Amino acid sequence: MGSPSLILALLGLSSVSYYLGWRRSISLARGAVRNLHSLPGYHGLYTALWAAFPALLLLAIGVSLKGPIVTRIVVTDLPQEVQSLPPERLNLVINDIRNLASGNIASRRSPAMLAAADRYMRLQGYGAIAVTVAVLALGAFCGAMAWRTIKPGKRARNAVERSILGFLMASSTIAILTTVGIVLSVLFESLRFFQAVPLTEFIFGAEWSPQMAIRADQVGASGAFGAIPLFAGTLLISFIAMLVAVPVGLMSAIYLAEYARPGVRAVVKPLLEVLAGIPTVVYGFFAALTVAPFIRGLGESVGLDVASESALAAGLVMGVMIIPFVSSLSDDVINAVPQAMRDGAYALGSTQSETIKKVVIPAALPGIVGGVLLAVSRAIGETMIVVMAAGLAANLTANPLRAVTTVTVQIVTLLTGDQEFDSPKTLAAFALGLVLFVVTLGLNVIALQVVRKYREQYE
Amino acid sequence: MATRSKSAIECVRGTLARRNRAERRFKNFGRAAVLLGLAFLVVMFVNIIVTGYSAFWQTHVKLPVFFDPQVIDPQGTGDRETLGSADYGAVVKASVRSLFPEVRGRRNRRDVAKLVSRGTVFQLRRMTLDDPSLVGAKTEMWVPANDDYDMLHKGNVDRTRPESDRRLSDRQIEWFDRLAAEGRVESRFNVTFFTAGDSREPELAGIRGAAMGSFFTLLVTLSLSFPLGVATAVYLEEIAPRNRLTGLIEVNINNLAAVPSIVFGLLGLAVFINLFGLPRSAPLVGGLVLTLMTLPTIIIAGRAALKSVPPSIREAALGVGASRMQMIAHHVLPLAMPGMLTGTIIGMARALGETAPLLMIGMVAFVVDVPRGVTDAATALPVQIFLWLDSPERAFVERASAAIMVLLAFLILMNAMAVVLRRRFERRW
Repeated sequence: MGSPSLILALLGLSSVSYYLGWRRSISLARGAVRNLHSLPGYHGLYTALWAAFPALLLLAIGVSLKGPIVTRIVVTDLPQEVQSLPPERLNLVINDIRNLASGNIASRRSPAMLAAADRYMRLQGYGAIAVTVAVLALGAFCGAMAWRTIKPGKRARNAVERSILGFLMASSTIAILTTVGIVLSVLFESLRFFQAVPLTEFIFGAEWSPQMAIRADQVGASGAFGAIPLFAGTLLISFIAMLVAVPVGLMSAIYLAEYARPGVRAVVKPLLEVLAGIPTVVYGFFAALTVAPFIRGLGESVGLDVASESALAAGLVMGVMIIPFVSSLSDDVINAVPQAMRDGAYALGSTQSETIKKVVIPAALPGIVGGVLLAVSRAIGETMIVVMAAGLAANLTANPLRAVTTVTVQIVTLLTGDQEFDSPKTLAAFALGLVLFVVTLGLNVIALQVVRKYREQYE
Repeated sequence: MATRSKSAIECVRGTLARRNRAERRFKNFGRAAVLLGLAFLVVMFVNIIVTGYSAFWQTHVKLPVFFDPQVIDPQGTGDRETLGSADYGAVVKASVRSLFPEVRGRRNRRDVAKLVSRGTVFQLRRMTLDDPSLVGAKTEMWVPANDDYDMLHKGNVDRTRPESDRRLSDRQIEWFDRLAAEGRVESRFNVTFFTAGDSREPELAGIRGAAMGSFFTLLVTLSLSFPLGVATAVYLEEIAPRNRLTGLIEVNINNLAAVPSIVFGLLGLAVFINLFGLPRSAPLVGGLVLTLMTLPTIIIAGRAALKSVPPSIREAALGVGASRMQMIAHHVLPLAMPGMLTGTIIGMARALGETAPLLMIGMVAFVVDVPRGVTDAATALPVQIFLWLDSPERAFVERASAAIMVLLAFLILMNAMAVVLRRRFERRW
């Protein structure tokens, strides 16, 4: 039985247990449920949990141990000269055996290999049967034991609630586990990268060409991992994006919060927020297909030489994507400025725009800055727009009309397609990911701090 | 009193015109900013619709097909093996050439045969296998035209450009125009686009494979992130003591919401694929990665929903003797559920549009077959759009923007659901 059908069988088993536990508690209640400590449903749940949970645990253990054990047995039966191969060669042989066993094409076909594949298949079959039997037996056994312990005075509710509490606590640690997983996975691969390429070369090097030479005498593929051009490109595109997003976002937030009639606001605000809901691949499509050729044509008509994958096109479109972030965050903080401050300014005779410029905005400034920082971190981490509309060549330039590349673009190009997992080329992607993670996390922490300080001021 | 100094009111009156101009200017800046944002939205939508609406139609050509027994089954055996392996390419070529008997020369005759889609060969094979009595028959049938002619018929080929800049030569355009004049060309609704997987030929490519890939990915995401998200929100909001650990969890959740999506892709690649050995390109891994990405959204929305349930409800439940868990399960959760569902739908919509992390875990492969489970190789809708845009054929660009329309339709539907849910069930206490 495969794992999905086994899980289904376990579900069936635990439903049956629920019914049996429920029945037993009712029959023990001698006609009145108030004789029981817990409601019959809790007795049912108690039995069902015992039938399902230990068995599921065993299933997880069995599935993860089955493969390695079978492989070990098959390897010990291989000829001596194969067993004494270095580990990575041995792994290739094992892969071939697996391929043969599942009917795929393998590079080696010898009688010994075919026999090993046959054996592998048979052992896998035995393993699956053993796991199935063990899991179902454990489920039935634990369910029966729980069923036997049901008494009128049994504290079934407390036990059930404790296990629910355990589930709730376990799920709330997933957020921590995710962060730890990100940090560890990115950090480990980065450390391996920095063993091959020194940290200083990565951070201060001005040349990026990750193509590694396959042969030592190959020309022009030495592999240079200086990330300065990537950082510069990322900053250039993010800067252009912020040049669009901050004025437009801030002004529309001011207009919507201070000037617009409620009816207009109720229509326009959600419409602007649609911009935030559009998938980034759509923005990338628009940038690559419409905006970039348009800018190129515009540049040609005034005699400028514009690259077809200019930083300007990607930056402009990214800026539009970020408008709603800036505007809705600013809108929140502007609305949080107490009305009394505006009234005070009006009483002194200021016009509405003077009130906004001299009172509201200065009061809301920390919150706005926090929002802008969040938007910057968004721009730095944005991937699809730049993958589709920015270039691949790592030019170190501040000219927005030329093509630049970014950290995220390089991560995608380094990791899509076939690659072996040990070359510095692949590991470089993780080093870039580490930089990206650290920078965005730093910006985010600072931004949240600023916003929180500001909130406390008016509460 | 010789010279009276200006009174305050005169000072104010003197500058009033300038100040009012500044006021109007400022207000108009605001108006312009809003209009700019909206204008961009409109331009983008119009642009996508104009580029893509024609992909819902496909140019078909009426072809006189002769199922030549000499080519398909020379021995007249009629067994499936022979019928299945016959040279239907020759049948198609002969059919197209019969429309242009005057064309001479190897190269020209080869060009003529490219008038119809390469899929015609498989279509004929399928027809013959379904009904072997077709062998020897002559019929007229509509078959999809090749994508270049499709583009020509839809007016996407500029006939005034020099011949060398076009994918079609003058002669090819002439052939096609003659067919059109004979009434042998027709636009039909593009069913293939909704029923087929990816293909190298634009006229045979469809979004079904990608849509099913997205469906399975979201299925995994939903079935994991909803229970986990609700459980975490309940724990943090209702049960957890305020201490260092829960503080740490909260900071973590807020920060995870701002981590770039591509970093989650790196996590998926390093942990799920390299460490746990799960299959590459599978919706299972995609769903796991998107679960981690959407969890913060769901948790934050869930906590807001729980916060809006008034404490009096909790106190009343506890007062009549409910246990803490009973209070949560019977009273607080049902009241908070609409808000939690709204947050979940919005998280799912975001997951549906997400591309970058899926690129990292290999869901960019060229997959022809429609996936049938969570471990089959698959792509997702946004990844398909990205892949088609990378292709040189103009017809793929058209299909990419049609796929965008489908994707946006799904997103609008999901967001509308969230809005309805909020309007219908939101309670003010």
